[in-house]
Amino acid sequence: MPKLVSHPDEVKIVSKRFGQGAANIDKYVELGGYDSAKKCLAQGPDWIINEMKASNLRGRGGAGFPTGMKWSFVPKQSAKPKYVLVNGDESEPGTCKDHLIFLHDPHSVIEGTIIAGLAIGAKLGFIYLRGEYRYLLEIMEKAVADAYEKGFLGKNIFGSDTEFNIITQSGAGAYEVGEESALMESLEGKRGVPRIKPPFPAVVGLYGGPTVINNAETIATVPHVIAMGGEAFAAVGTPRNGGTRLFGLSGHIAKPGVYELPMGYNLKKMIYEVGGGVRGGRGLKAVVPGGSSTPVLLPEEIENIGMDFDQVGKAGSMLGSGGVVVIDDQTCIVEFALRTISFYQHESCGWCIPCREGTDWLKKALTRFHAGFGVAKDIDNIQYLAENMMGRTFCPLGDAAAMPTLGFVKKFRKEFEDHLNGKPCPYAKHADLAVV
Amino acid sequence: MTNETMSVFSTELSARFDKLVAKYPVRRSALVPMLLYAQDEVGYLSDAVIADVADRIGITELDVRNVATYYSMLRFKPAGKYNVQVCTNISCMLRGGYEIFEKFQDELGIGHKGVSTDGVFSLEEVECIGACCWAPAIQVNYDFHDDLTPEQVPGILEQYRAKAAQGGKNA
Repeated sequence: MPKLVSHPDEVKIVSKRFGQGAANIDKYVELGGYDSAKKCLAQGPDWIINEMKASNLRGRGGAGFPTGMKWSFVPKQSAKPKYVLVNGDESEPGTCKDHLIFLHDPHSVIEGTIIAGLAIGAKLGFIYLRGEYRYLLEIMEKAVADAYEKGFLGKNIFGSDTEFNIITQSGAGAYEVGEESALMESLEGKRGVPRIKPPFPAVVGLYGGPTVINNAETIATVPHVIAMGGEAFAAVGTPRNGGTRLFGLSGHIAKPGVYELPMGYNLKKMIYEVGGGVRGGRGLKAVVPGGSSTPVLLPEEIENIGMDFDQVGKAGSMLGSGGVVVIDDQTCIVEFALRTISFYQHESCGWCIPCREGTDWLKKALTRFHAGFGVAKDIDNIQYLAENMMGRTFCPLGDAAAMPTLGFVKKFRKEFEDHLNGKPCPYAKHADLAVV
Repeated sequence: MTNETMSVFSTELSARFDKLVAKYPVRRSALVPMLLYAQDEVGYLSDAVIADVADRIGITELDVRNVATYYSMLRFKPAGKYNVQVCTNISCMLRGGYEIFEKFQDELGIGHKGVSTDGVFSLEEVECIGACCWAPAIQVNYDFHDDLTPEQVPGILEQYRAKAAQGGKNA
């Protein structure tokens, strides 16, 4: 069972019901659950979208797109049915926040889905969980069944004449399906390859109908936005970055765990005060701020960064999924880069050539390099390869592989050079990584 | 109906699939979960499983294979009764994921995608399983085990060996 952690600086909004038995529907209702959905039912779509816009809630999957704006793009009139899609394919290395939401507060996901449905005029929502999360899918399935039993879902939700249904869906192992259009393909029973955009899902999405697709954390946040009021939620964060975020501290951190902190919380403080610093009193070498696809930051770069989409972006990285991976001074960055690219090489769906070939050649080059068979030219070649993947693929997986690689090569060039000419890796531990 | 008499699946799973295909606006949406549930029962996607699923969805076997080969959890050869999946991705690697993987290799005498001779265990090095803050983590079938040390590995194997010895299909 995943361990829950806490720290006095936390502002518990999304996680406030964690550890309180809220997977039980009666408990959830007792804790104020489903009041937001009822309120939205009474207030109507325009009011909901205005509250969402006022909240400055931005997509928690990683892109940080304003949720209210996303919902407002869905056409009011549509010949085809509209859909709400909840992305719980959580697969970005460093990220395990949705895991806790499904485990501790499944009804918040259902309630958020209902509210999104009311906002855009959809009658059907899908909650898609990665295949590995079977025990969490079973929790979600039970929660959905309970919500039907209470009349919170179905033909007449909360006794109104409004209909809303939810279908839960299991994936079967694919990082790429976390990309919105690939997820729709998967849900249509196909290979999870991305679609070209435009048209965007809000216009042509699942089964060709207008579709809103949001990350599970975003959806679980929605009922709290409604309960607090959009402006009050916005006031918790920084300008244009409303509310809190479930930050996952992992790697060489003394107290790993998922902490809910206000947007804009200082990264250095997050690591040293909330997370208790680097494990075993070692020095800090680097921080990956928002999941494996976000460019690495150096210790001197984290001093004044507030963890919101804009500030981390300005520092040359991304807030991403909020998965903060801490790397100590005994870690080989070349090995870390190799493990990162190995992941993307494994997960590339192969649809776009720059991504399929790029990740493969980067893995080959880094494998050889880490094994001590690199030449000086390889460092530039790795950089050149990664630069040429950027922006040349249907979906962001190509960028997600290239961006961190560029970060490692540019910021740790010295460490790459130290591997040259048959010299053994100064930090080598894992010989098996050196096998091509 | 021939489906019921000829099906490779148990009566319970067949009934579940009948409901599943009717649940979606489009029948084919049942395909990915159906393949995973079929594998859970049969152990892998055999030719007979693929033919049965194709028939239920109303698409060709080639279509089913085309989709199935995309998803990393789906397999076309039997695995052990307990499939040990060790995450070695970044957050787990930093906290000893490779050491855990090596310990399982030593204990079981098999490598990546290997199956133990008694068929009880198979071993896999997998990508991130969403337990980064409780690393290093593994899954045995669908059960998570987290915050592990190599010393805990023999005990975990013993626990599943005992379950296997007790028999029971889904023990």
